[in-house]
Amino acid sequence: MTPGLTHLQRLEAESIHIMREVVAEAEKPGMLYSIGKDSAVMLHLAKKAFFPSSPPFPLLHVDTTWKFREMYDLRAKSADDAGMELLVHQNPEALKAGINPFDHGPAHTDMWKTQGLKQALDKFGFDAAFGGARRDEEKSRAKERIFSFRSASHGWDPKNQRPELWNLYNTRKNKGESIRVFPLSNWTELDIWQYIMAENIEIVPLYFAAPRPTYEYEGGLFMADDIERLEQVLGHRPRITERSVRFRTLGCFPLTGAVESTASTLSEVVQEMLLTTTSERQGRVIDKDAGDASMEQKKREGYF
Amino acid sequence: MTTPAYATDALIADDIDAYLDQHQNKSMLRFITCGSVDDGKSTLIGRLLYDSKMIFEDQLAALESDSKRVGTQGQEIDFALLVDGLAAEREQGITIDVAYRFFTTEKRKFIVADCPGHEQYTRNMVTGASTADLAVILIDARKGVLVQTRRHSFLCHQLGITNIVLAVNKMDLIDYDQTAFDSIVADYAAFAAEIGIADFTAIPISGLAGDNITQGSGNTAWYGGPSLIDHLESVEVRSTANLEKPFRMPVQWVNRPNLDFRGFAGQIATGSVKQGDTVRVLPSGKTSTVKSIVTFAGELDEAQSGQSVTLCFDDEVDCSRGDVIAVADAPPEVSDQFEATIVWLDDEPMMPGRAYAMKLASQTVSATVQPPKYEINVNDPTGAGSHLAAKTLELNAIGVAEIMTDKPVVFEPYRENRSLGGFILIDKLTNRTVGAGMLHFSLRRAQNVHWQAVDITRDDHAALKNQKPRVLWFTGLSGSGKSTIANEVEKKLAMMNRHTFLLDGDNVRHGLNKDLGFTESDRIENIRRIGEVAKLMTDAGLIVLTAFISPFRADRQLVRDMMGDGEFIEIHVDTPLEVAEARDVKGLYKKARAGELKNFTGIDSPYEEPEEPEIRVNTVEMTPEEAASYIIEQVLPLK
Ligand SMILES: Nc1nc2c(ncn2[C@@H]2O[C@H](COP(=O)(O)OP(=O)(O)OP(=O)(O)O)[C@@H](O)[C@H]2O)c(=O)[nH]1
Ligand SMILES: [Mg+2]
Repeated sequence: MTPGLTHLQRLEAESIHIMREVVAEAEKPGMLYSIGKDSAVMLHLAKKAFFPSSPPFPLLHVDTTWKFREMYDLRAKSADDAGMELLVHQNPEALKAGINPFDHGPAHTDMWKTQGLKQALDKFGFDAAFGGARRDEEKSRAKERIFSFRSASHGWDPKNQRPELWNLYNTRKNKGESIRVFPLSNWTELDIWQYIMAENIEIVPLYFAAPRPTYEYEGGLFMADDIERLEQVLGHRPRITERSVRFRTLGCFPLTGAVESTASTLSEVVQEMLLTTTSERQGRVIDKDAGDASMEQKKREGYF
Repeated sequence: MTTPAYATDALIADDIDAYLDQHQNKSMLRFITCGSVDDGKSTLIGRLLYDSKMIFEDQLAALESDSKRVGTQGQEIDFALLVDGLAAEREQGITIDVAYRFFTTEKRKFIVADCPGHEQYTRNMVTGASTADLAVILIDARKGVLVQTRRHSFLCHQLGITNIVLAVNKMDLIDYDQTAFDSIVADYAAFAAEIGIADFTAIPISGLAGDNITQGSGNTAWYGGPSLIDHLESVEVRSTANLEKPFRMPVQWVNRPNLDFRGFAGQIATGSVKQGDTVRVLPSGKTSTVKSIVTFAGELDEAQSGQSVTLCFDDEVDCSRGDVIAVADAPPEVSDQFEATIVWLDDEPMMPGRAYAMKLASQTVSATVQPPKYEINVNDPTGAGSHLAAKTLELNAIGVAEIMTDKPVVFEPYRENRSLGGFILIDKLTNRTVGAGMLHFSLRRAQNVHWQAVDITRDDHAALKNQKPRVLWFTGLSGSGKSTIANEVEKKLAMMNRHTFLLDGDNVRHGLNKDLGFTESDRIENIRRIGEVAKLMTDAGLIVLTAFISPFRADRQLVRDMMGDGEFIEIHVDTPLEVAEARDVKGLYKKARAGELKNFTGIDSPYEEPEEPEIRVNTVEMTPEEAASYIIEQVLPLK
């Protein structure tokens, strides 16, 4: 046995410790599962934490109906493989109003994701919800506790966070209040990729470059994952070009920018990621729509 | 600004797999920046991120436009904006909560926690410091060592951070003056030595201008030491220190997928464990053998500190969340009374005597804190004025106090084992984390393994009752007035809010000593038992009054020897036999004289007068009331 753990081993052990604390102390935990690479790592860690049991909580996907098809495919398979219940919530009001990213702009994110998430947490009564956010993603995330306390209306109060010493987490709360738990807080994007490599974790193939049907929209490059639906919403059929593209993050296909790339292996993807001089979330339109404080503001309102 | 904000290692483009291998094997350092308000902590971190080329192009563009909009640095870049990520922080130009940032150099990976300098946010600073290997303590070169510099240094030291860097910042504002630097370092050195910081590295820097951050600066030609990054890259962190300690694993969760599997899940705090090892489960003290070390990736032969594993035993030994599995022959202690250093983190001051939830490793118990022994004066933590008298601890105060728990806690002193020595206190009503603490030691002798229920100490009992325990031992002939006077004394003490109990000849003889007669040996045993009971009652903090003839000197001496120095007060109720016999309230003398009572003191059994009683009262000259007042005068003060 070599003395001392590697960096990834340490991160893994820490995340597992966090998950076990939640399961031991929370009444009804659940795991927010967004089908992206961070969710894939989080789910893998959950399998490890509770082995040989299945993770003793359900997966929750807050759906917008606008995700990539390949994401929906992996969603079902992953839950199955892990032996976990999969809960899917679609905000009924958004569904009824036909909220889409083109006509409704920021309301798309707010209604499907923020409101949808709050509805789902209330509906399933989770008092602790795991999320795959990392502190290196964004400047207000860098400020958030691992156990992030939320009011009964799901709001985050960044100026009044609980002290969080050592690895001692205070999971106590009053009725109605809840805790968001971020077991990947101390992981970086590179850590995530290296761990996916080391552990051979299955991720959505969209992370790897392949020829895909793409269209340009308001200066960005997107994938026409569901052409019929695009045409329906846009009122016209966008001009489709096949390009070799991949995605740095995954969300709603009309909101997730594709990058032209030929990186088709994990090493190549990581290489490309490391050589990129813009931040990861560039590809995702969501962060820009409220300027400087957008993420913080969303979190105050109940977003993850 | 000619250098690019983001740049990468050439190896990434040339040989990505080689780069990734190399990156995997880099060591990791977790550090914090702390110190007083506006000393430039956030600016320094921003600068470190920028100089280590960790800022993406889009982030830099945003930073440039934010800097102009906020305008703190005129048209220049305000590096603090890279770290102060909350809207309120950017508005006010201060740090409110810790920011965790990540960066990598060729030699190391870093997680830095930028802590707020404001005293109001000390709880956030403590949060950041609790997981750090190293602290960079900043000083504004124009201001020198301030209260917050001391407070943060003290907290870092208490939390066990041994690597301290003193970064004397804003050297640009004092013309890189060596004399000023030297005198700040000397000031700090004196303080550091006082609080027990054995060593620190002082570096003159300018976070804003970039001097001595990544490389040496021509502006400080007189300085021969390393740049900040050089130092952070090379400072030794003992990552295997926990491995060398005895095995301990707090149990977080019992894994029970089916009737055939029962595993104990936890993260190994210290040491290592092998298949076949004999282990002990605390607090029960039961032993078992490790049958297997289960992980998702397969069973392990051995696991070490830091790893999260699941242990299975050979037998069905009882073990659940909160228990600690330890090496059998060197288990940790178990106790329910401790001395601890406590940092108070809540706006509402600590309430001595209130029951808080205490979380230590995976154990949660109910704990009450005694009024602090003292609060630490961070301005002078070891000098004559170091210990401030305090009835409570207010927000951000640091104090030393005793803690009692409702259940036994498996622990080790914080200095030896952070996982089993660090705890938080949670208010049971508001659920807020109100305090954090570090256990020093158990207040009773080491109770390895077999824990027994124990009372709080006699000093604690007495302190709670706010008095000094005493035995007021009234001795004298039958009918001399012992009971009457003792009763008077007790009433007066009660009026003075003293906690008393009167043991009287009759009430004891009807119960405890019902089996005893009046033979000499029975009389001796009678007094011995009364002595033992009185002793227990003084242990409980009471002032005990006894009213027994207790005719034999040797017996009274025996009782005197049981008690602490000065606690036994012998009161001779001095009434001549003829007077007592003339009173004969209960008609006993008459019976004795008639031969109906055997072994009656003064008649057919001797009374040995005290030779040097603490107090003598003459009941012929004094009324019982006067006698009682006189006795009270003699025994005061009782605090
Ligand atoms: N001239 C000069 N100014 C500096 C230097 N470092 C920081 N400052 C300025 O000092 C002020 C405070 O800097 P911050 O980095 O916000 O200080 P801080 O220590 O993080 O403050 P808090 O976190 O609120 O305690 C800002 O105006 C900085 O530009 C320096 O090296 N030289
Ligand atoms: Mg700051």
